[in-house]
Amino acid sequence: MSERSFVCRCEDVTVAELERTLAGGLTTIEEIKRYTGLGTGPCQGKECMPTLCRILLGRGALTPEKAQPFTQRPPIEPVTFATLAAVPAVEET
Amino acid sequence: MSAPAMGGPAVALPAEVDVAIVGAGIMGLALAYHLARTTRLSIAVIERSYLVSGASGRNGGGVRMQWGDAGNVRLMMESIEECRGLAQDLGINLWFRQGGYLFLARSEAGEKRLVRNAELHAEVGAPTRLLSAAEAQGVVPQLDVSEVRLASYNPDDGVVFPWPFVWGYAAQAVRHGVHLRTHTGVARVVPRGAGYTLELSTGERITAARVVNATGAWSGALNRGLGIDLPNHPHRHEILSSEPLKPFLDPLVVDLSSGLYFSQSTRGELVAGITLPDAKDGSDTSLTLHSSLRFLGHISRTLTRLLPITGSMKVLRQWVGPYDVSPDGDAIVGPSPRHPNFIQLCGFTGHGFMMAPAVGRLLARYLADGTAHPMLARWDPQRFANGAGNRREDMIIG
Repeated sequence: MSERSFVCRCEDVTVAELERTLAGGLTTIEEIKRYTGLGTGPCQGKECMPTLCRILLGRGALTPEKAQPFTQRPPIEPVTFATLAAVPAVEET
Repeated sequence: MSAPAMGGPAVALPAEVDVAIVGAGIMGLALAYHLARTTRLSIAVIERSYLVSGASGRNGGGVRMQWGDAGNVRLMMESIEECRGLAQDLGINLWFRQGGYLFLARSEAGEKRLVRNAELHAEVGAPTRLLSAAEAQGVVPQLDVSEVRLASYNPDDGVVFPWPFVWGYAAQAVRHGVHLRTHTGVARVVPRGAGYTLELSTGERITAARVVNATGAWSGALNRGLGIDLPNHPHRHEILSSEPLKPFLDPLVVDLSSGLYFSQSTRGELVAGITLPDAKDGSDTSLTLHSSLRFLGHISRTLTRLLPITGSMKVLRQWVGPYDVSPDGDAIVGPSPRHPNFIQLCGFTGHGFMMAPAVGRLLARYLADGTAHPMLARWDPQRFANGAGNRREDMIIG
């Protein structure tokens, strides 16, 4: 993988950027997400997470048993405000 | 070039420090940065999780001087002034953009608030001006202003992207000698002479002449452990962001009647939040951070009425962050009751992020040489025991 390869295509995060982040001492997936913006675009991490995990595992920055994706935020896929505005205003149970 | 060092779980801590700051949110880090730059005190900052894991990484990034009383207006004028040069000082892009804040009043009561505030802002020297509904639409052409009676606009208000703010303070604090330890909890604080011993989740102990509680919505547990009884409490707040769009929205817009606010970040996303109608009394004081569909429905109905073009925009993600609510809306900062060397830096009621640039500086001065600041008298943690603290700021948004 070249250092100009994209790990996250939504937010244009390259391998080189990821290397810089790791060298700065940030090694957890939640930190990497917030420092680089990785996984905060339209796919919400669905594309980049396996690549990121593979790189971290390969470097020994992560062990397989600790490999957890970052918190999945709703909605599962992008939904328009108009659709959501049609959600009935009832109490959740 | 690698990213600058920003602390970590393996950073060594000295056995003894002058100041131990618990919580590496924007408040703790801004304080550490200013203290380290201006004094020779040894400083440790201890964060139980990763940086930006708490409210500092979960807020909407609004920065405004449109407040309801002179003290807060002046403080925020200082803070915004500080923000202007901060990207340079911290060596990081903060995505600070002064697109203004536009407040919309749809009721007579809201209209009166805006008129009163505009008079106050003129006295203090903040460039707020009142706008008619048509003028408000001139600022944001996509707004439906049919119900808007009056608006107020301050072009110096703005938005930031919260994450780099925290990284920037962290990196510069470390560069100036602060020991920043992440992923380490403070299990217990035990008085020791005039200072304290901190027992950490790792089994380590560190003694400190002074301890600062900068844990915001989580501060109650640490306080209670020392028998310090303060009335601030957590309040769950939900927020969302949309897909990124070409810039179309200059100001952060606040609808006073519904508590809805939205802005467009420099990344292009619409960032929007609202307080659910039944949550205003602070009924959900849990620290659970789960998102709700009810919030999505409620905010979407309110937003699409006020800004109809959002109907076809897509929500990318929603999340939750806790406010640290103080009953009178004023922060709780300074020596604790019966614990003069246990300093509170809490109770910012959802507005800590925007105040932190000014607060970090003024509290560092106070801790260094006792320099007073008018807000410190107001934020005195002793005021609740003295029966004071009944003034209520009316520009608490969200």
